[in-house]
Amino acid sequence: MTTLTAFPTSARTPRVESRGGRKAGAPYLFLAPALILFVLFLLAPILYSVYLSLRRVKVSGLGLGLGSRHEVWAGFSNYVRSLTDPDFLPSVERVFAYGMIVVPTMLGLALLMALLLDAGRTRVGTFSRTAIFLPYAVPAVVASLLWGFLYLPRVSPITDVLTHLGITPPDLLSDSWVLYAVANIAVWGGTGFNMIVLYTALRAIPTDLFEAARLDGASDIQIAWRIKIPIVLPSLIMTFVFSLIATLQVFAEPMTLRPLSNTISTTWTPLMKVYRDAFTRNDVYSAAATSVVIALATFVLSFGFLRLVGNRAFNQED
Amino acid sequence: MKKTFLPLAGVLTAALMMTTACSGSSDKSTGTSATKAAEKVELTYWTWAPNMDKVVEGWNTAHPDIHVTVNKQDGGDPAVTKLLTAIKAGSGAPDVMQAEYQKIPTLVSANALADISKEAGGLKAKFPDSAWNAVTLGSAALYGVPQDSGPMMFYYRTDVFQKLGIQEPKTWDDYAADARKIHAANAKQYLGTFSANDPGWFAGLSQQAGASWWGINGDTWSVAINDANTQKVANYWGGLVQEGVIDNKPMYTPEWNAALNDGTQVGWVSSVWGPGVLEGSAKNTKGKWKAALMPQWDAASPANGNWGGSATSVTSQSKHKAEAAQFIAWLNTDPAGIQALVTQANVYPASVDSSAALTSPPSFLSDQTDFYSIAAESAKITKPFTYGPNVNVAYSSYNDAFGKAAQSKKAADFPAALATMQQTTLSDMKNTGFKVSG
Repeated sequence: MTTLTAFPTSARTPRVESRGGRKAGAPYLFLAPALILFVLFLLAPILYSVYLSLRRVKVSGLGLGLGSRHEVWAGFSNYVRSLTDPDFLPSVERVFAYGMIVVPTMLGLALLMALLLDAGRTRVGTFSRTAIFLPYAVPAVVASLLWGFLYLPRVSPITDVLTHLGITPPDLLSDSWVLYAVANIAVWGGTGFNMIVLYTALRAIPTDLFEAARLDGASDIQIAWRIKIPIVLPSLIMTFVFSLIATLQVFAEPMTLRPLSNTISTTWTPLMKVYRDAFTRNDVYSAAATSVVIALATFVLSFGFLRLVGNRAFNQED
Repeated sequence: MKKTFLPLAGVLTAALMMTTACSGSSDKSTGTSATKAAEKVELTYWTWAPNMDKVVEGWNTAHPDIHVTVNKQDGGDPAVTKLLTAIKAGSGAPDVMQAEYQKIPTLVSANALADISKEAGGLKAKFPDSAWNAVTLGSAALYGVPQDSGPMMFYYRTDVFQKLGIQEPKTWDDYAADARKIHAANAKQYLGTFSANDPGWFAGLSQQAGASWWGINGDTWSVAINDANTQKVANYWGGLVQEGVIDNKPMYTPEWNAALNDGTQVGWVSSVWGPGVLEGSAKNTKGKWKAALMPQWDAASPANGNWGGSATSVTSQSKHKAEAAQFIAWLNTDPAGIQALVTQANVYPASVDSSAALTSPPSFLSDQTDFYSIAAESAKITKPFTYGPNVNVAYSSYNDAFGKAAQSKKAADFPAALATMQQTTLSDMKNTGFKVSG
C-alpha cells in the first residue's frame, strides 16, 4: 500500500523549476494533450448528448421498409417524457433514501476508524488500515456478485449459521430489506477510501497541538472532537461531496443484483433508467435527456453544498 | 461507490460511441468491395452458438472461393446492440449474423437486415410454417433462414414422481395438482417457479395458449399482449404463486441452480435445449430427470410455444449478399451443415430434414431414447406467433411488472401486470410513430 502513503505527499512535491519560456506558444503546446483529451472525451460527448436529447426517431407506417425511420427535432419532449415517467420519481426518491443511509454511515465509520487508527498508532494499525481499505480495491460488480451470493438464502453461509443457531434470517433481497442490502455493499466498498483520505489528513496535523492539549489535561475524546475533527473538516467535506456524487450515480450494485431477485426493477435508480432506455429500449434520445437531467442535478447539488458549507469550512484555515 | 466523479462521463462517452464506433472486426468484409468473380470472397459471421468455428470449417474446406470467418459474440442481446451501432455508424457490421426470432422485427425496422428472398426464397419447403413466418414477418421479403428452434418441453424428476405415486402431467390442471401434492409432501419442494426474469419463457407459454402478442394488418400493427389467451396464462401462474405451491424466484440465479441440484426444484417448464442447462445446474441429479411434452390447456388439441431459437441473416451492409445467402443455405439446410450444427453446436435445427442428424439423446438424458421424437412432436404442434418491432420494450416491462407481481404473491397482481405490459408497449409504439391499433 505504498501508493496510498504517497497520495497526500504528492501535493507537496516541489514544482519543477520553469526554464523560462522561449515562445509564447509553449504553454499551449504543453496544455494541448490535456485540452485535446478534455474536448474529445468530455466536452464533445456532453455536447453530443445534449444534441441527442433534443432529437428523436420518427417511424412511418409499419416501420419495416427502407427509409421508414427518420431522426427529427424533438424540442424538449424527451425531457418532458423523462421527467413525467411514472418510474422516474420513485427512482429519485429511492436514491435519496439510499444516500441517507449510505453517506452518513460510510463517512461516520470512515471517520471513526481514521480516528482510532490515528490515536492507536500501533503495529496493528498498518494491518487494519490495509484490511479496511482492501474492499475498495474490489470492483463494484465483483463485490455485488460476492454479496449477492451471501444474500441469497440457499447459497448463503450466513443463513446456514443463523439457521443452526435457531434464528430465522430475513430475506435480504425482499422489498423491505433490499435498499439496505444494496447500501451495505456501497458502505463496505467505500469506507476504506474515505478512511484513508481522513486518516492522511489526520496524520498531517502537527503533533505539538495534541501535546499541548494533553498537557492541559484533555482526554483522547476531547482531542478528537475539539482539535482533530475541526482540522480535518475540509477533507470531510470533500469526501462528502464525492460520496454524494457517487450516490447519485449508483448503478453497478443494483444492476448486478437485479437478476437475482424480483425486487430490483430495471429503473431502480435514475442511471439504470438511462441504461434501460439507451441499450434495452434502443432509445438513446430519451436516455440522453435523462442523463442531462442527472448531470445537472449532480452539478447543482455538489456546488450548492460547497457554497453552503465550503467557504466557512475552508476559511478556517486562513 | 467508486465511480468516476466526472458526471456521467461514461454514459455520455457511450452515447458518443453510438455514432463513431466502428468495431474494426470486420475489415475483411468491408474492405474488399470490388471483388472479381474469380477472387476469393471473405465473409464475417457473428454468432454465439458454441463451436461454430468448427462447423464453419466444414464449409471453408468444401468452398475454397468463399471463406467465412466466425466472430464469436457474447449472446443475443449484446450482438444486437453491436449490430445496431454498426448500422448507425455506416460500417463495421458483419456479412452474416445470428439473430433471435424475436429480434428480427427490431433489426428489420432499423434496416439492419438484407432481403434475401431472391437468393434463398426457394428454401421455404424445408422449414415449418411457424419458423418461416418468423423470418418473413408475413411479407414477401426474407430476412434470414431459420437455424434452430426452441419448442418448449417439460422436465421433471422421475424419482420424486414415483415416490409420491403421481403421473406425468398431461394438462395444466394435472400440473397444478402435481405441484400441490409435491409441495404438500415436502414444504420445501416445488414443481417449478414463476420467473419474472424470463419474458421469453412467458411469451412461449402465451404462444402455447394461442396468443400472438403482435400482428400486422395491412400497414397497421396490432398489440394483443393483454388478450384472453395470455390472461389465462397469467391468471393460472398467479393463482399457483398465491397458493404457494409454485416458487416465485427467478430462474438462472445461483439460488435456482442450487435448488435444481439439491432437489428443491423438481420440475422445469423449459425448452428443447433444457438438458444442456440441467447438465450444468443439476449435475448431482443426473439420471433422475425425464423430458415430456408440455402440459396442455386442451389435451384433445395439443399446442406448443417456443422459448429460444434463431435465424441466420445477411446484414444490409454486406457487399456479398449472394455468397452470404449461399453459405446460410448450406449451414441450415445441407445435410452436412445440419449434422455439424447438431453434433458441434448442440442446436436443435429448425429444418424439417434434421431427423437423420438427431439420433442419440442429449447426454444428460442419455437413457431417454425417445427424446428427439418428443422434441419433434413438440415442434410440430407449435402455434404461430408474431413478434413486434419493440419486443425489447415489452420484455423489459415484463421484468418490472411481473417482478412486482411475483414478489407480492397476489394472484390479482398478475393480470394487472399484463395490462401494464400492454399499455407500455402500445404507448411506446404510438410515441415512435408506428401505425398501431389495439
